[in-house]
Formats: sequence, structure tokens, C-alpha cells
Amino acid sequence: MPQRDHDEILFDHNHDGIDRRGFLKCMAWAGTGALCIMSGGVMQSYSLGAPSAAQQAKGELAFVQISDSHMGFNKPANPDVVATLKIAVDKINALPVAPEFMLHTGDISHLSKPEEFDNVDQILKSAKPSTVFFVPGEHDVLEENGATYRARYAKNGQGDGWYSFDKKGVHFIGLVNVMNLKPGGLGTLGKDQLEWLEDDVKHLSASTPIIVFAHIPLWTVYPEWGWGTDDSARALSYLKRFGSVSVLNGHIHQTMLKVEGNVTFHTACSTAFPQPKPGSAPSPGPMKVPAEQLRSVLGITDVSYVVKKHALAVTDSSLE
Amino acid sequence: MKRIAFAIAIVLVAAFIGAGTAGKSFAADSAPTAEVNIDNFSFAPATIKVKAGTTVTWTNRDDIPHTVVANDKSFKSKVLDTNDKFSFTPTKPGTYPYFCSIHPKMTGTLVVE
Repeated sequence: MPQRDHDEILFDHNHDGIDRRGFLKCMAWAGTGALCIMSGGVMQSYSLGAPSAAQQAKGELAFVQISDSHMGFNKPANPDVVATLKIAVDKINALPVAPEFMLHTGDISHLSKPEEFDNVDQILKSAKPSTVFFVPGEHDVLEENGATYRARYAKNGQGDGWYSFDKKGVHFIGLVNVMNLKPGGLGTLGKDQLEWLEDDVKHLSASTPIIVFAHIPLWTVYPEWGWGTDDSARALSYLKRFGSVSVLNGHIHQTMLKVEGNVTFHTACSTAFPQPKPGSAPSPGPMKVPAEQLRSVLGITDVSYVVKKHALAVTDSSLE
Repeated sequence: MKRIAFAIAIVLVAAFIGAGTAGKSFAADSAPTAEVNIDNFSFAPATIKVKAGTTVTWTNRDDIPHTVVANDKSFKSKVLDTNDKFSFTPTKPGTYPYFCSIHPKMTGTLVVE
């Protein structure tokens, strides 16, 4: 595990085509997707518009993250979220490295309606990876404390639907931070889930790579808009001893990357509509962009884990 | 002819009721009301004072769904999509802080006198 200072920006140690400028370009572009490689415990981001980088991104484990499909949303920011989700699936199917499975980091639906979930399930069936692991967004648990969501997507989950699984030596943890939200607060994991998490990772060796996925960011992006999780620090404290922790979130409908100690945080684009940069608008409501630009602000995230290749590309993104 | 006369009569009655309401002479029939708008992820006004028995109506003007939930759960709306409304008529005086259970940073206060 390479030593890194807090907030230090290191780049292109592996000469694989990404430097800080390249990453920022990728963020600004954020369009048809971002390709991220997990390698030596560090996530690297590539623009899918750079095929040479994408082709190099062969790891032992490749998967794709999609987020915030908001099925049922039909307002001017994107009157056709079906079409954009289908485009996302097309992008996934065209990836040079076929992902083994998908993660959906929540807000599958806009209003938790069964027909909205049905619609997403139907569209995702045409994606090459047949397995999808979900975590709920606040829009998925609007009724009956998320009973519909749990029955569909988290039958084997604990509590409100959290769970973990292992793939090729990587330990994945799907957390729920959109339930029982407190007035004036941010996202919440809650005591039961935190205790479960502590127990879940207790027996893992510190060299086990950890990937945590949840809807609301587990780092404080912008508390004024609720973009953070109140008790995430406690969750992360259980993961401190691990050399490689990656946290994948959605919710804020834009890509951001931050490195703090051994933890890399990454948020994905929405497949439905963009949201403004923190504090750049009166509210975090849907950002309306000209129709021809819409696709450029939506996206998917592809992740490939490379165990043996000790590449290093850490990018700290400021909240600009 | 008869039908037209009837229609005119209705219009007159309607006008009379309208004028009466405006002049507050129909107090017994028209319960007091108050409005709260949900716009840009906030409740406006953030604090609303009403007399007990006033029907308070929240209207969601945002492109994103919201809810209106009292911190003590004494009132709770369903999910309000764009332009959906929720009404509640408090009877007990007191101060009722409330929030949007989907976006808990959105808070408001209902004061009942």
C-alpha cells in the first residue's frame, strides 16, 4: 500500500494515460461515462472517450455502477428517462471490458411505484451483466417504510436491506442511509446497521479490498443540501484498518472524487438528470440544460479491480 | 327562456356568495385557511402562525417530490409530487416543528394559537 498524504494529489504513476488535468477534463465532461480502475487499492478514473485508457483497464474484476435512474420523472430537465437509461445500458454493453455485474446506487424510481421499478428491471434486462446489486435511494422508500423496495431488491438483506458479498477477494458492502431521516439531519445509517457493519468486517484481513456502496455520499459533500451522512464517520472508523477502501455513492447526480487516507470516495452521475454543483443554485433541484447537452451530463461508472498491478492514480477533486 | 332566467339566477347567487365571503359576513361558513408553498427545497413561509381550526394547505411547487411530516408525527402527508397539496387543520394550540422526510434539511414550523 503506497503511502499518501491527506489531500495529496498523485497522478499517472503508472503511465496509463490519466493525469490530474485529464481527470478534471473527465469530470467536466462526465458525459457518456467514467471508467474507474481499482488498482493497488486506489481508484483511477478515465473518460470513456479515451479508448486506449479503457482498453488498458483490464483487471481481475470489472463491474459497472449506475445511479439515480429516477424512473417516472418526466419534467423538462429530462422528459424521457427511459431513453437515457437505455442509452446507459447501450454504453455498458459496449464497454471494452465486459462488466461481471452492476451496482445500482439508488433512486431507481422517482416515486417508489411498482410500475417504475418494473420499467427499470425490464430495461436492465437488456444489459450484458445479468446480476444487479441495489441499494435504495430516498425516492425508492417513499411508501410503507420501503417495503416494496425490500421485497424486490433486498429480500436477503438485513434490517432495512443492507448486505455484503464477496467477489474475487473483494468484499462489497451495500449500505442503506435513506431511512428514518431526522429533521434537519443528513443521511443516516443508524445504530443497528453500524453494529452489523462492525461485525461484518471484523473477521476480514486488513489486506482485503473493501468496496462500500450506498446512495447518499458517505463523506460530507455539502451539508446545506443534505449531501452527506450523519453517522458515516463511525462506519468509516470500522474500515480504518483496511489498506484499500473505496466508497461508491450516487444522489448528487454528478461525479466527484475525493481521497482521504485509505479511503477513496466517488460519486456517479445520474442516468436521468443533472443536479447543480454544490451551492451554485438556490436548491439542489434538477438542473435544466439544453436538450442537446443532456447526455453530456449523465453517465455511468465502470470499475475494474486490478490486484497485481500496483498502479497509482489518486485524484483529489475540490468542490469547485 | 326559462332556462336562461335560471342560469342568470345562479350567476347572481354565486356573485352574492362571492361578495359575502369577501366581506367576511359568512364567517360561519368559511373556515379560515392558510397556505404554505414548497419551492426550491424550502417551506415558505418557514414559520406560519394560525388560529386553531385553520386549515393549512401545503403545495409542492418543486420538480421533486416532498413530504410534510410533524417532528412529533401529529401530522404527516403522503408523498407530494409536483403541484400536489396536503391540508391539515390543527385543533390544539402549540408549536409544531415539521420537516420533509425525504429531504430532512427542509424544516418548517407551524404555530397554532
